[in-house]
Amino acid sequence: MTSQQEPAERARPETIKAVPVRHPGRWVLAAVLLVLAAQFVHMLVTNPAFQWSYIVDNAFRPPVIEGVRTSLLLTVLAMVIGVVLGVVLAVMRLSDNPILRGVAWLYTWFFRAVPRLVLAILFGNMGILYARFSFGLPFTEQFADLLGVDLNGTLFSVDARTLLTGFMAGLLALALSEAAYMAEIVRAGILSVDPGQTEAAAALGMSKLQITRRIVLPQAMRVILPPTGNETIAMLKDTSLVAYVPVTNELFFQLQAIGNREFQTFPMLVAACLWYLALTSVLLVGQYFLERRFSRGAGPSGQAKLRLRIMKGDH
Amino acid sequence: MTEPAGKLAPEVPAEFMVKAENVHKSFGRVEVLKGIDLQVRPGEVMCIVGPSGSGKSTFLRCINHLEKINGGRLWVNGKLIGYREKNGRLYELKDREVAAQRREIGMVFQRFNLFPHMTALENVMEAPLRVKRRSRAEARAQAESLLEQVGLGGKTGNYPSQLSGGQQQRVAIARALAMEPALMLFDEPTSALDPELVGEVLGVMQQLAADGMTMVVVTHEMGFAREVGDSLVFMDGGVVVEEGAPAEVLADPQHPRTREFFSKVL
Repeated sequence: MTSQQEPAERARPETIKAVPVRHPGRWVLAAVLLVLAAQFVHMLVTNPAFQWSYIVDNAFRPPVIEGVRTSLLLTVLAMVIGVVLGVVLAVMRLSDNPILRGVAWLYTWFFRAVPRLVLAILFGNMGILYARFSFGLPFTEQFADLLGVDLNGTLFSVDARTLLTGFMAGLLALALSEAAYMAEIVRAGILSVDPGQTEAAAALGMSKLQITRRIVLPQAMRVILPPTGNETIAMLKDTSLVAYVPVTNELFFQLQAIGNREFQTFPMLVAACLWYLALTSVLLVGQYFLERRFSRGAGPSGQAKLRLRIMKGDH
Repeated sequence: MTEPAGKLAPEVPAEFMVKAENVHKSFGRVEVLKGIDLQVRPGEVMCIVGPSGSGKSTFLRCINHLEKINGGRLWVNGKLIGYREKNGRLYELKDREVAAQRREIGMVFQRFNLFPHMTALENVMEAPLRVKRRSRAEARAQAESLLEQVGLGGKTGNYPSQLSGGQQQRVAIARALAMEPALMLFDEPTSALDPELVGEVLGVMQQLAADGMTMVVVTHEMGFAREVGDSLVFMDGGVVVEEGAPAEVLADPQHPRTREFFSKVL
């Protein structure tokens, strides 16, 4: 005979009130860190080399603000071009077409191999390679020489310096190099998506482009976004490299210029740290919201559930 | 070709919804299908059973060209799958043409494969919106009625992660039906489900069969095969070992391998 218990007969036991495990180590660690932090702050305040009033007076001068604008603009544009080109390269790299695969591999190989600083200087000196950029039929000059006739296949041409300004050269160097890294990040994201997703979409009759755009990439985004946030922050800092193109109206160059001119090198370096800290923090906020957007439907603890709870009103 | 899909001059009379002729399929050196001959009539429910590795899922995936066959011919609704035959030569179809063929064939997977970033409603609406270019209102109305039909009218706004396995599989069936296919393929639709959830999915499939849908079902559910199936196919080692009316095959299997298999699963 199986025993049956009447649930009502058994009294509900009182909720356990146990003494929690103590963590004295945490208190010691906190105390040590507190002392170290106090020392650090004390140093910041009392060491005359910081020249705080000088920093406050000079960190917001018009050329610096102009530098912030240029650096942010470079970051945004380079990342937009880098992400778009990176997605294209990643899709090429994973396509059935061996030519596209090869081209994408070659591109990634080159732009990952050459340092950004070298790229920036190289693009800044492109004018040596080409005085003019011409668009037209290829190799017409060579054919004309060969046949001994006068032949002009050029449709239009522009002076290299009008097209490839310092800003453009710096932007291209950063964006093209970023695309190579983004291609690998996007490729990892695409590979992380369950192949069953592609099969299910294919079985519905969706085209390859539709499957990539509607099914695979949105799911890959969850894997792609965190490292892309990393890349954006790295990019913000790498904009200081374009000073070597040279593009002189970027943030770090401007702060350093003021410091060097007025023999206040160190305070301006501190100002640079603070500016980059502030700008990076802003980017982090953006990343948080983007990640939240693309975690839709991810796991039972995902945002969707939270949204549902808010909708139901028991939040 | 300007004719709409589904109206192409049939290469064989469409008395069969599916016709397989000596279908062979290898993965590398491993031959998985060694000459499958099968016919499914319109409105027929064919259940395919067999031990794992017998090639039954592979055969199912060949029917909508998720796998490319290496030999033989496969027709669905009178159309040669994956190829065009001209002057005695076979030409591979372009991706676009393969996609067009798949629109007539719905498929339900063992692991559901719902799109996790879309709600149940969006999952069902996706293909009609993008592939059939229906209007949003039209696709929405259709998706709502389909979800109602599979008993999930109240779950339209849920993401797949918020649904049980049985509910997910019912959304997957609704998603496949949204393309208004002439043929439905089921690849072990209940194998990934908790036992108490199997019934709700089989119930939807039974209703579908009663409505006259042509279905090919790879399954281990012998009860479903007996009650709903019009024909039962036993596959083993890449060939069809036995085929017939479910009641007869189940009650009196002729081949020793069939007998051995049923003695283990029944």
